Amino acid sequence: MKDLMVFDSTLRDGQHAISHQLTVDQVEKYCRAIDKGGEYVVIVGHGNGIGASSLQVGISATPDLELLATARKQLKQAKLGIFLLPGFGTIKNDLAPAIELGVDLVCVASHCTEADVTQQYISYVAKAGKEVYGVLMMYHMTTKERLLEEAKKMVSYGAQGIIIMDSAGASTPALVKETISYLVENLAVPVGFHAHNNLGMAVAHTWMALEVGASIIDGTLRGFGPGAGNCPIEVLLALLKKMGYQIPVNLNILMDVSDQIVAGFIKKPLEIDSITIASGLAGVFSVFTLPVKRAAERFKVDPRDIFMELGKRRVVGGQEDIVVEVAMELAKFKKES
Amino acid sequence: MTKVKVGIIGTGNIGSDLLYKVNRSEILECGIFTGRNKDSEGISRAKDLGVPTSFDSIKFITDNPNCCEIVFDTTSAAYHAEHAVILKNLKKFTIDLTPSRIGLMCVPAINLDQALEAANVNLVTCGGQTLIPIAKAIMDVHPETKYIEVVGSIASKSAGSGTRANLEEYIQTTTDALKKFSGVPEAKAILILNPVEPPILMHNTLYALIPEPNIEALTKKINEVAAAIQQYVPGYRLAIGPIAENGKVTITIEVIGRGDFLPAYAGNLDIITCAAIRVAEEYAKKKIANK
Repeated sequence: MKDLMVFDSTLRDGQHAISHQLTVDQVEKYCRAIDKGGEYVVIVGHGNGIGASSLQVGISATPDLELLATARKQLKQAKLGIFLLPGFGTIKNDLAPAIELGVDLVCVASHCTEADVTQQYISYVAKAGKEVYGVLMMYHMTTKERLLEEAKKMVSYGAQGIIIMDSAGASTPALVKETISYLVENLAVPVGFHAHNNLGMAVAHTWMALEVGASIIDGTLRGFGPGAGNCPIEVLLALLKKMGYQIPVNLNILMDVSDQIVAGFIKKPLEIDSITIASGLAGVFSVFTLPVKRAAERFKVDPRDIFMELGKRRVVGGQEDIVVEVAMELAKFKKES
Repeated sequence: MTKVKVGIIGTGNIGSDLLYKVNRSEILECGIFTGRNKDSEGISRAKDLGVPTSFDSIKFITDNPNCCEIVFDTTSAAYHAEHAVILKNLKKFTIDLTPSRIGLMCVPAINLDQALEAANVNLVTCGGQTLIPIAKAIMDVHPETKYIEVVGSIASKSAGSGTRANLEEYIQTTTDALKKFSGVPEAKAILILNPVEPPILMHNTLYALIPEPNIEALTKKINEVAAAIQQYVPGYRLAIGPIAENGKVTITIEVIGRGDFLPAYAGNLDIITCAAIRVAEEYAKKKIANK
């Protein structure tokens, strides 16, 4: 069994659940408490990555660089990481200052078929001598062969590992097994999996990925994340422990942080409801849950219909402006019929 | 009628689209279509059209300086940094379609006359050409606007290797040009590639933070600006807005391409190649008139 690495996205993907409102105080408390937990890296910033604060996907309550400076002071054992989505964050305004501030590790992401846009960014991080991982989002939208091709591009730019994101929680067990085993077999670098819980399978799918050779667990404490949430790291690790895996974390610390700190971040309980199921079924970015709910209320249409229409149009992460358009069209259609 | 000769460097999506538009022009003709990529389909297509081609990229122009008076550079920001110096020495009127920001930034609907006096004209980015005039219209009506954001979604197929390698420059250049032309103090640009089949139409959303927007005045001004752009980009259309919600004004523009090189979805090619042709034709007209 390979050594497992835990990538903690609580302070990044969790931001989506609260419209990017994490404060310096919350980040400070979290990082101080989690530091000795044995996680490999704690990723901090806007939900769509550093520099993504915008009207399109949500304005951060606190600038990323302030949150990062706070986390940097607290993290001694766990590495400090960031997520960067080219097209949103930039080298000049975001990546360079974050590295200057002491970030250890960068995850550079793209839609699953667009890895070549990450070249500038992955090479920049590699040249700066920091750890860099390539992330392929919305992996259910392409084939395993294409994923391998895209992953290889990222590795050629300097990525030390590849994380596959089931951004819509649209996986089936068979898809996870087939995709991850194929990538593990054909890539020389570690492979990771990042699950969403739209269809109630986040823990099971992450476990499945590990069973077939993945070694990076990317999730959040308490599943704190958009829509139905992510893979709750502490639940997965408890399961792994029971199954006899060597787990790299102190489970008690993780459970304490989950109960005592993350529970306080959550404004509305994470649950699987008809809207998050629709997102998983339609294979649409889980992050669209809040914008879809808002648009559904504003234009008086069924949020599930919005998700199904977005699915038909095969929208990708970041296209939040289409949500309002689709809602307007559905409302118009409803009025006419 | 005499035609003015142009050179096109770069034989990818943008170069190929330009070539079709040059061939249709009444006052421009292609003197050389030149690139470095030996496998370029662009070169074989150009040959079929009977256009002179070369694999020596800019070196062909250095060796044959009389092949053209106007040069379009469609390579990449990094290459244009080298090309700009060479073209300046050759005294070629240069129209740069990369986000290099070396020459005078030009959006024809705003500063065409000024561009004709420059030696090197930079066409910002496709997103910049699409939304900067709208941003300027907003600032004319509401000069108190503090923040404008532009989001472009384009079909993956329409983004060639140069565009993909230049995302950083694309965003910086679009943001800077947005501030410069409109005067808005803070701006942000976002670019999203979507690989869906059939490909998505080029789609651009602009958000402006305006506490008390005068929608009537904005609508009037924006429609005027859109009409002015339609003069040289026929497929430019206001798809949504302006609509206001809690101090946020949203406008969506779609650009339907003419389908010259890539099909109609690739409006992002048209918006910048139409701008390039516009600048080149005006320059050529002046040149012919002065002869």
